[in-house]
Amino acid sequence: MIAVIDYKAGNLTSVVKALRYLDARDIVITQDPEVVRKADKIVLPGVGHFQATQLLTKLGLTEAVRESVAKGTWFLGVCVGLQWLFEGSTEAPGIAGLGHFAGSCERFPARFDDADLKSPHVGWNSIESIREDSMLLRGIGAGGFVYYTHSWRAPLLEATAAVTNYGGAFTGVVEQDNVMGVQFHPEKSSTVGLKLLENFIAL
Amino acid sequence: MLTKRIIACLDVRDGRVVKGIQFVDIVDAGDPAELAHRHAAAGADEIVLLDITATHEGRGTLIDTVKRTAAALFVPFTVGGGIRSADDAAAVFDAGADKVSINSAAIARPELIGEIGSSFGAQAVIVAIDARRAASAADPVGEAEVYVSGGRKPTGLRVVDWAREAEQRGAGEILLTSMDTDGMRNGFDCELTARVSAAVQIPVIASGGAGSAAHFADVFRHEAGGGKADAALAASIFHFGITDSRELKAELQRAGVSVRLPC
Repeated sequence: MIAVIDYKAGNLTSVVKALRYLDARDIVITQDPEVVRKADKIVLPGVGHFQATQLLTKLGLTEAVRESVAKGTWFLGVCVGLQWLFEGSTEAPGIAGLGHFAGSCERFPARFDDADLKSPHVGWNSIESIREDSMLLRGIGAGGFVYYTHSWRAPLLEATAAVTNYGGAFTGVVEQDNVMGVQFHPEKSSTVGLKLLENFIAL
Repeated sequence: MLTKRIIACLDVRDGRVVKGIQFVDIVDAGDPAELAHRHAAAGADEIVLLDITATHEGRGTLIDTVKRTAAALFVPFTVGGGIRSADDAAAVFDAGADKVSINSAAIARPELIGEIGSSFGAQAVIVAIDARRAASAADPVGEAEVYVSGGRKPTGLRVVDWAREAEQRGAGEILLTSMDTDGMRNGFDCELTARVSAAVQIPVIASGGAGSAAHFADVFRHEAGGGKADAALAASIFHFGITDSRELKAELQRAGVSVRLPC
């Protein structure tokens, strides 16, 4: 069973729609920690404000995800769902993330390379420096285009599986064993995004 | 590298795609869902569906059309027309839209921008501005005025001021349509687009006047005379088979514009 966590943050219908389109079986949209504990795979969608993730803790979902991830359940965070895997975000300083990965998410700088940098980073950008052992990016080559829309970004770390360059390199995809996240929207990223979701479903 | 976006726009009236020439003459061009998928398959980076009759006839957004169009569409999908409240926006998001475009309603009640943004994120709110140059002013571009109701009513607002306010209120993008160039196929209003793009931090989508690949290259250019746009919208040049996004992008790539190719 794939548990798609509903924490009232933006648009989870499009993620579910893409999973169904790819013939994923047994998708459950849930806010129930017990359902999350029983899932084989967990998807945390999200677009919007990091603040929204505080509902996860209130509902007992943070603990449920922590336990599931520790016992090897596959996890995919999308957009804010990726950011939540880190310790936190300057977007909502008082709200703790899962802290599975070290570091905090920060806003794009207003200037980069002596030029103004527009924010949010909106549009199709390429993923580069793809880690060869990435399961999520199997069959996806460097230079593939994906759709981004965000103003905060995760730092680079060893678990970074692909980077995107905008105001410098940031983590586009993070992957460490069963824990994965993508900053872009695979459900809006045409063939590259669908391939990535297909890889996740096939795990 | 972040690429320049080509956005296919479907102007919809009574459930059919139409395209006005300077907002007035209307030509029937097909079924919205079918055209949206055709554009996505042909390399469009994004799809916008605008219910062009919604505002002045008081008609709600075409939820069924949105549902049908969104069903198997895996590129960003924006819906505009008749969205007057956060509830209207919620219905459109539930039907499968990723962003909403608001125009007259945001002018009437600017708080709406923040209300939608606080529930669905700033990235989900596009403020559409219909602009006309102030022909008799000393600075016709700087004094360009915002119009509403499908270009019928002047508001007295300066385009640049309103774009800045929209940004401050939490808009994620500006969709700027020049009514002077719309439907003429003689090129975008690069000067006006550049002025707005420089005034705000958020992306600006240029609209109105696309007729050739060179027009897109001009509006994307950051050098003097260019439009500094982050994305550009086109409708009629696609519908009548003049070109498709993939061909257009190949030409843009040759002109040195970074685009999503292959796509």
